[in-house]
Amino acid sequence: MIQKLGKWVDDRLPVSHFWNAHLAKYYVPKNFNFWYYFGSILLAVFAIQIVTGIWLAMNYKPSAAEAFNSVEYIMRDVNWGWLIRYMHSTGASFFFIAIYLHMFRALMYGSYKKPRELIWIFGVLILVALMAEAFMGYLLPWGQMSFWGAQVIISLFGSIPFIGPDLALWIRGDYVVSDVTLNRFFALHVIALPLVLLFLIGGHIMALHEVGSNNPDGVEIKTNKDEHGKPRDGIPFHPYYTVKDLFGLGVFLFLFAAVIFYWPDGGGKFLEAPNFIPADPLKTPEHIAPVWYFAPHYAILRAIPDKFLGVLAMGSAIMILFFLPWIDRSPTKSIRYRSLAFKIILFSFVIAFIGLGYLGTQPVNYWTTLFSQIFAFVYFGFFVALFLVSRFEHAKPVPERLT
Amino acid sequence: MAEVPVNTARRRFLTGSAVAVGAVGAGFATVPFLSSFEPSARAEAAGAPVDVAVGKLAAGQMVTVAWRGQPIYVVHRTPKMIETLPSLDAQLADPNSQVASQQPKFAKNFYRSRKQEYLVLIGVCTHLGCAPTYRPEVAPKDLGPEWVGGFFCPCHGSKFDLAGRVYKGVPAPTNLYVPDYIFVSDDLIRIGVAEKQA
Repeated sequence: MIQKLGKWVDDRLPVSHFWNAHLAKYYVPKNFNFWYYFGSILLAVFAIQIVTGIWLAMNYKPSAAEAFNSVEYIMRDVNWGWLIRYMHSTGASFFFIAIYLHMFRALMYGSYKKPRELIWIFGVLILVALMAEAFMGYLLPWGQMSFWGAQVIISLFGSIPFIGPDLALWIRGDYVVSDVTLNRFFALHVIALPLVLLFLIGGHIMALHEVGSNNPDGVEIKTNKDEHGKPRDGIPFHPYYTVKDLFGLGVFLFLFAAVIFYWPDGGGKFLEAPNFIPADPLKTPEHIAPVWYFAPHYAILRAIPDKFLGVLAMGSAIMILFFLPWIDRSPTKSIRYRSLAFKIILFSFVIAFIGLGYLGTQPVNYWTTLFSQIFAFVYFGFFVALFLVSRFEHAKPVPERLT
Repeated sequence: MAEVPVNTARRRFLTGSAVAVGAVGAGFATVPFLSSFEPSARAEAAGAPVDVAVGKLAAGQMVTVAWRGQPIYVVHRTPKMIETLPSLDAQLADPNSQVASQQPKFAKNFYRSRKQEYLVLIGVCTHLGCAPTYRPEVAPKDLGPEWVGGFFCPCHGSKFDLAGRVYKGVPAPTNLYVPDYIFVSDDLIRIGVAEKQA
């Protein structure tokens, strides 16, 4: 009976085809390590954000007069509201933790290189959309940091020559960040950007499943197939990696829950203290800092003592990622077989990124500015150095098969 | 049906022109959606003038009021504060208020106001829109021994003097904006009006 029903559906909808193409007969390199957990973890976090977001929207009021109080209402009076809200706010930070580690994996193993350029471009688009999503979401509680963060970020657009002031006005829909801005950010945060993210994630995975996954050796498993046309170094995603990813997800959720229950504000990093004060358009908090995941870009902005050039540098810090597949000219993918020079510049890049992230949350003074400038130089220097190093690099021989 | 040879050139032309006309139509259809992002009529109308009574504002003190949702700073400057202004010219980016967009004509002077003792500014940093803090004290620890009083933006460290003029080498590109205002009487300032009504 069940089988008959299954066949009836399958004749009308390609269920088993989809199952086989993407799971049961989708061959994946057999040597995935720790760094390969984050793709499936990101999918899970996306799902958590969607579900908790829907539930939050049921009690949240997107108006300047009511927003702050409605969030407090969710926290105090709605059954389990505090849990759902902390899941959502912690989820935002964990989304970025996972996406940054996921991107670092791509840097290490050259996962952005031919034939995976489009996967990488989709990935950077996801990062950009996620940043917009997180930024708009942060305005919604209508706390001090929400308000002034939005004021600063929207003003960034105002510094673009000629069109800037009109563009900033267009984004705000008012002469200041106001009820109008809050209401439209709510619409974009709960409908527009999640849809954009969904399409981009779809494109990212479709492109991935077309060319297949890279791996820690950077060897294409499709070049070595057995008599049945199956890659000799590949194993089906299901059950092998579904099980592995479920294990990884379990560990991840363990950490996630620990933060939600014992450390929901992340020591002021996930939810900043001034955001527990209602927005006051007349008074900027003594020290405003972005949430940690924007801090590196913010530090680059502050490092340059010129309004438009600072904005340009911050924008370029993200835009340059789109060109990475062509900046890195070495055919060798994995860090395992690449030169010492590559390892040094990648290590410096990571240090600079973390350093900028720290400095972006600190007050401005002579030293933070100086170090921000040094780290910003290293950040951009990485791409220049990579362009040169990858051209003249003496890589170790890459094996035929996975090791 | 008779065998009529397919005129592919004509088909391509018809398809192409249909697509082109459709694209123009779709382009026009985006206008209401993009335009609805602009400030609404209500937002545009919310700029009514605001009165500030300065009679009780002690010398050296500042009061903040909201106009168009923005903070407006009104400072009662002491003679000593006014004395500091001319001496700073060399350290400022635009000491003579040359950038016309930043103040009405009446404020294009070294003290940037109608009356020397009262300074009226929009308290929005010309860098990225934070509200600079009023720091009238001389040589505080965090701002260094050279500080003679002024405005300091906590967001990105921009510095302005006691006339809202920006220092060189800080992120803010221009002086703080001076709004239109008039003195209705000696101790009542009306913000958002350029001329006394006849």
